[in-house]
Formats: sequence, C-alpha cells, structure tokens
Amino acid sequence: MALQAGTRRSLVTAGLAAPAALWLLGFLVLPFLAMLVFSVGQRAPEGGYMPAFTFEQFLNLPARATAFANTLVLAPLGAMLCLVVGYPVAYYLAIRAEPRHRLLLVSLIVVPFWTSLLVRTYAWMYILGSRGLPNLLDMIGLPDIRMLNTPGAVLVGIVYGYLPLMIMPIYVSLEKLDRRLLDASADLGARPLSTFIGVTLPLSMPGVMTGTALVTILLLGEYLIPQLLGGGKVFFIGNALVDLFLQSRNWPFGSAIAVTLVVVVVVVLAIAMRIAWRFAGTRRVDLV
Amino acid sequence: MRALVFAVYLFLYAPIALVVLFSFNAGRSASEFTGFSLAWYGKAFSNTFLIQALVNSLFIATVSAALAAVVGTLAALAIERMGPRMRTIFDALLAAAIVVPGVVIGIATLVALAAVFSVINPAVASIWPGDRPPQFRLGYASIIAAHGLFSMAVVTMIVRARIAGLGRDIVEASNDLYATPLGTFRQIVLPQIMPSILAGFLLAFTFSFDDFIVAFFVAGSNTTLPMYVFASIRRGVTPEINAVAASVLVASLILIFAARFLMREKKARDAGGAE
Repeated sequence: MALQAGTRRSLVTAGLAAPAALWLLGFLVLPFLAMLVFSVGQRAPEGGYMPAFTFEQFLNLPARATAFANTLVLAPLGAMLCLVVGYPVAYYLAIRAEPRHRLLLVSLIVVPFWTSLLVRTYAWMYILGSRGLPNLLDMIGLPDIRMLNTPGAVLVGIVYGYLPLMIMPIYVSLEKLDRRLLDASADLGARPLSTFIGVTLPLSMPGVMTGTALVTILLLGEYLIPQLLGGGKVFFIGNALVDLFLQSRNWPFGSAIAVTLVVVVVVVLAIAMRIAWRFAGTRRVDLV
Repeated sequence: MRALVFAVYLFLYAPIALVVLFSFNAGRSASEFTGFSLAWYGKAFSNTFLIQALVNSLFIATVSAALAAVVGTLAALAIERMGPRMRTIFDALLAAAIVVPGVVIGIATLVALAAVFSVINPAVASIWPGDRPPQFRLGYASIIAAHGLFSMAVVTMIVRARIAGLGRDIVEASNDLYATPLGTFRQIVLPQIMPSILAGFLLAFTFSFDDFIVAFFVAGSNTTLPMYVFASIRRGVTPEINAVAASVLVASLILIFAARFLMREKKARDAGGAE
C-alpha cells in the first residue's frame, strides 16, 4: 500500500526530529518539571527530598540573599567591564587592523574562549595568590596586599573568562558597517569623535546588546570563577546551589533557588530582547 | 589604540603562558623558575587516578559529541521541513538547552534521574528472577546525555545556518535527474554540510571535555578530567597541576584550531562559489 506523498513527507520529518525531540523531552523538559515538583517539596530528615506541596522553600529564599545580591551586582558589572575593555579591541579589529592580519587577530581572540575555563581561572589563582603578584608587591615595599578571594579577583576572572564572548558580536556588527558612511561623515566635516558617536556607535549597538546580554546571562549561572577566585567569600547563586545539593543535601530548597535562577535568566533575556528590538526598530525608521 | 589592543592580547595569553612555563619548572616554587624539567609531566601522567579521569573524559566527550553531531544534524534537516508551529516549539526548546545555565542543567538532571531511579530500581528488583537485579545509577550515560543536550542544540544551530545558505537549485536539479531523495541527500546535501557537522562535532567535543559543572552533579562515582583538576586545585596549587593544566590547554587548542580550520574551508569554498 503506497502512502500518500504528504503523509510520507511528514513521517520522514517526524523520524528525523524524533531523536532530538526525545532528548529534549527526557533531559530538558522532564528534568525541569522534576525540579519544579522538588521545589514545592520538603527536605527529608536524612537529606534529599520528601513529597509535599508547600511554598516554604520559596519563602525561605531570603536566606540566600547574599548569593543573589552578589550575582545580580557582579554579573552585570562584569559584563560592563568586558564591554569597556572589549569595545576598543573589536573596533580596532574591524576598522583599523590591516585586512591581511585580521583573520589571525580575530582567531587569537576566540581561541582562549574554547579552552578550559577551569584552567584559565586557575592561572589567575596562581597570579593573584600570595606567591604571585602580592609577593612581587611585597618586594617593592607594599606588604600584606591580599588579592585572592576579593570581589576584585572575581571581576578580573570574569573579564578574563568572558572577554572573547563580548568582543565577537561587536566585531561582527562593526565589520558589517558600510565604510562609506564613515567617509561621508568625515567629508561633511564631522570630527572623528562625532563620527564615532553619531555613526559608528549607534550602528554597532546590536553587537553591544548581544555581547552584553550573552555575557550577563552566562555569568548569572557561573560557579567556577567565584569558587576559585572568591574562595567562599564572594559566592554566586551557582555556589549556593552546589552547597545545597552536594553538602547540606537540601534538595527542595536548592530546587527552589534553581527555579528562581531560571526565572532571573528568562527575565534578563526578555529585557535584552526588548531593548534589541527597539534598536532594530529605530534603525529601520532611520534608514527609510 | 594599538598599545591598548596589544595589552589586551597580553592579558589574554600571559596567564596561560605562565601556567605552561611553570609546568616545566624543576623546583616546587610557584614564583621562581629554577630550571627546565619534565619531571612534573612524568609525575602527573604516572598517576593512575589522573589517567583514569583522562580516559573517562575522552570517552564521554567522544560519545556525546558523536551522538550530538548525528542527532543535531537530523534535527536541523527536520526543522527545515516543519510547519511554523512545530518549528517555533523546537526552536524554543533548543534555545533553552543553550541558555539555561549548566549548573541548573546539572541539578535538574540529577533530581529527575534520582526520582526515576527511585521508582525503576525497586520495580526491576521485584520482577528480577536472579539474586542481583541491575541497579540504574548515575554514571557515564548520565554525563553523556547531559553534555549531549547542549552540544546537540549547538550542532543543530551550526548545521541549520549552513543549510540556510545552501543553493536549492542544485537539489532540484538532482531531483529532476531522477535521483532518489536519499541519493540526493548523500551526493548533494551531505558533502556540503559535512564541514559544519565536523565543526559542530569538534565544538561539542571541546565543550564536553572542558565541562566541569554539569559533570560535577551527574557523574555519580565517576571522575572526569576537569573534576580531577578541580579537586587537585582545592588541595593546593602544585607544579603537577600546571603540567595537567598545560596538557589540557594544548589538547583543546589543537581541537579548536581544527574546528576553525574546517569552518574556514567552508567559508573559502563559499567565497569561491560566489565568484
């Protein structure tokens, strides 16, 4: 019996999509639902989970207020630092660098991002640790400066870890920029600075938005950098989660925090997309 | 401007270089270079725990990346054929797999598997004829599945971007010349999307090989290389860790350059076709 062409077509589509769909259901949707169920449960006396329906875990969230505060201050701050350091680099790569060197220079920015964050963060433990920079400062007469386990150390680690992710989207938006606009602006008598503020910067805004949103969102779930460079003194939501699940074994409370973290990520993402849309909108109006 | 950019490159590479340099240090000191030696590499790689962790990581990364490459490619092909509603749902789930923080993926997988095992294990035991019923527990499979989730989504995105740039005319020509759909796929589509599948595989491998936080939750009693490195760091900074760290760096550098090379090949070929 021959199947009709349309039925056959959708059967093939379903067959192609099935493995991915099962994977998404089994290891994304189901786990998230399980986490939701756990978050309204209670901690069993010996640790783990006991079925219940209560919101006491969510009401208890202020007990981890420091972790939320640290994350919500240091993640955006870290993203801003990445932007301040990264923008000039992206600008140089896209506008100033010689075209024949460009590919190599861009590769050199991207490559560290794909090497182990753990190892790269470890490098800074090494540098900021007592035998590193503080030791050198001690030799030139500045004793007892502690660098590791401070918010500053965490911020350095953040910039180090996430700078490539900020530079790339800005570079891409600047590279697409029509050079004739810059020439036109100069021909019309604009100074370099006003060309930058009036032309380059607005046109690179989509890249700036993408980079800032990406870095902020990834930082919201960060664990390694505050763990290694903050040493338990500057901890993020991720650190609180590890502690709750693997040390105090309070799974329901941990689940409630994880659910809240996802909500925070979604809210940040929604705000970023709304702002990005607005930029896209104004640009369209400008061009027409 | 130049000086500033140079400073940023220095900032990016000096710390890595420092770790590599001190992995060759003869002495124990972390701040004073006392002579060249490979002793720490010898010490690190004669450690059976480290070797076991390395083998685990290689195995997990290979399997999860291979699965992700195949499943992600199939998904990318399927999305092309879907109606708008299904496509939106699929897109949203794939985006979620990428955006949800690793720490949450790890926790959610742990929680869900614990719940599933607590139901399945007694059930299997009650109907098992022998004395020792099989126990489902966290292990290789759970790490592979959790890593593969993110990787599959990434592969799907990369391959989709490639499919979007693919000329439809050549596919139609192949169909007009009476090639079977499978024949067209094998001879026309697959060769063109192969570089992006390979690049996706390598990125997936790198991700899995470097991931710490997801494995930390779902590894059960197994240890991956990043977990081993993390545990060693917590015990104290030693030149031995530098040797391991330097090796990890070199391994991922090789992989990432291979991935970028493949993507460049693809771009070069695109440019050639446009001329």
